[in-house]
Amino acid sequence: MRKVKAEQIKDVIKELFLKANFVIGTDILDMLIKRQKEEKSPTGKAVLSQIIENDVIASDEKIAMCQDTGYAVVFVELGQEVLIVDGDFNEAINQGVREAYEEGYLRKSVVEEPLFERKNTKDNTPAIVHLEIVPGDKIKIAVTPKGFGSENMSTLKMLKPADGIEGVREFIIETVEKAGPNPCPPIVVGIGIGGTVEKAALIAKKSLLRSVDERNNDDRYARFEEELLEDINKLGIGPAGLGGITTALAVNIEFAPTHIAGLPVVVNICCHAARHAEATI
Amino acid sequence: MKIVKIKTPVTTEKIRELKAGDNVLISGIIYTGRDAAHKRLVDLIERKEELPVDFDGQFIYYVGPTPAKPGDASGAAGPTTSCRMDPYTVPMLKKGIKGMIGKGLRSEEVVEAMKKNGAVYFGAVGGAAALIAKSIKKVEIVAYADLGAEAIHRFYVEDFPAIVIIDSEGNNLYETEPKKYRTI
Ligand code: SF4
Repeated sequence: MRKVKAEQIKDVIKELFLKANFVIGTDILDMLIKRQKEEKSPTGKAVLSQIIENDVIASDEKIAMCQDTGYAVVFVELGQEVLIVDGDFNEAINQGVREAYEEGYLRKSVVEEPLFERKNTKDNTPAIVHLEIVPGDKIKIAVTPKGFGSENMSTLKMLKPADGIEGVREFIIETVEKAGPNPCPPIVVGIGIGGTVEKAALIAKKSLLRSVDERNNDDRYARFEEELLEDINKLGIGPAGLGGITTALAVNIEFAPTHIAGLPVVVNICCHAARHAEATI
Repeated sequence: MKIVKIKTPVTTEKIRELKAGDNVLISGIIYTGRDAAHKRLVDLIERKEELPVDFDGQFIYYVGPTPAKPGDASGAAGPTTSCRMDPYTVPMLKKGIKGMIGKGLRSEEVVEAMKKNGAVYFGAVGGAAALIAKSIKKVEIVAYADLGAEAIHRFYVEDFPAIVIIDSEGNNLYETEPKKYRTI
């Protein structure tokens, strides 16, 4: 067994949340620059320039690129030969979030209960942790602070198998169209197809960890991603919803085995502040 | 592109001169308010009690900034989604709010009340929070400090960048602009 101290996990979580909030991924930045050049709408061009300038300021000055520094979502792939010592695994993650949000001057946006008092927990915990046990002796951690302007525009639909690819396409386009300017376009569209209700949502979220310049390994899904991106960019919504040909930067699909009677689809929308960071311990 | 400089507070006549599509640079005072603060304000209005701020002629910005770093006036401060404030907006307009700054769609009811009362809806670029923060020179908390980021702040701004999305006649960029680029 390889021993890993809980404190080390805490430190990595903290560092990843700070990095994710200050520094936009090069994949997103390069894509924004490319799309800024191609954008036909003058307002759209100006909006993209503002976003690029914003992202440069944020990483240079180490301030949050967006004031909604998100709900702390953590994906952990825990090697089964790892033994976590000197502390509690879940507490280590929460402590890492706490320290990042406090020391990084990030906004605390979590309420402890959704319906009655909605009292802020004041330290942005608890994190949402998705844990998977995998072979090996490493811990792979990916974090994504998820803004809710875009999370709120996400949708789920249990389609019929007979609805097929056209049904899925229609549902995705309809979701993006209804969202309009609200999720801060240009967006990244995360799609989960298959599984069960919660599995489809989970893989949709997970798809948002993928670079915007990387396509699905399965050619058929890769092609579907490209077709969807093309269709979405024909909607005209444009940067900030003020018109243009850049509504989405990428469509990322993940799929899973599903039941003979079902075709679940989740559309998890992410804004241009598509923040994620990864590390391996 | 037409750039208009405006100074707050404003009169209804001045607000009626602004047209959808105008790029504006706002200087003066802007108040902040999000869901929780709006709820409290509207509760007071319904009970006919006095508000902690005189909103006559003022602008309200839907924002919950990050905490400011030592030495900075403001933390990151981009707009939040405006439609969450729609249920509270009509009474706020009646209280004299002349400008609202946010991002995203507004309800028909809000647009009708804007036409009637003479008010404008500005868009700031969502997710341009670090850039927008540069135009905020001083920040004070004026009410509901217990709400943290959601407290009502008074921002002193210089050349705060925004675009008139819906003007006081109801012209709406979200309706007119995407259509021009739609090819599906
Ligand atoms: S949707 Fe994204 S970019 Fe827009 S305000 Fe929320 S976190 Fe920021």
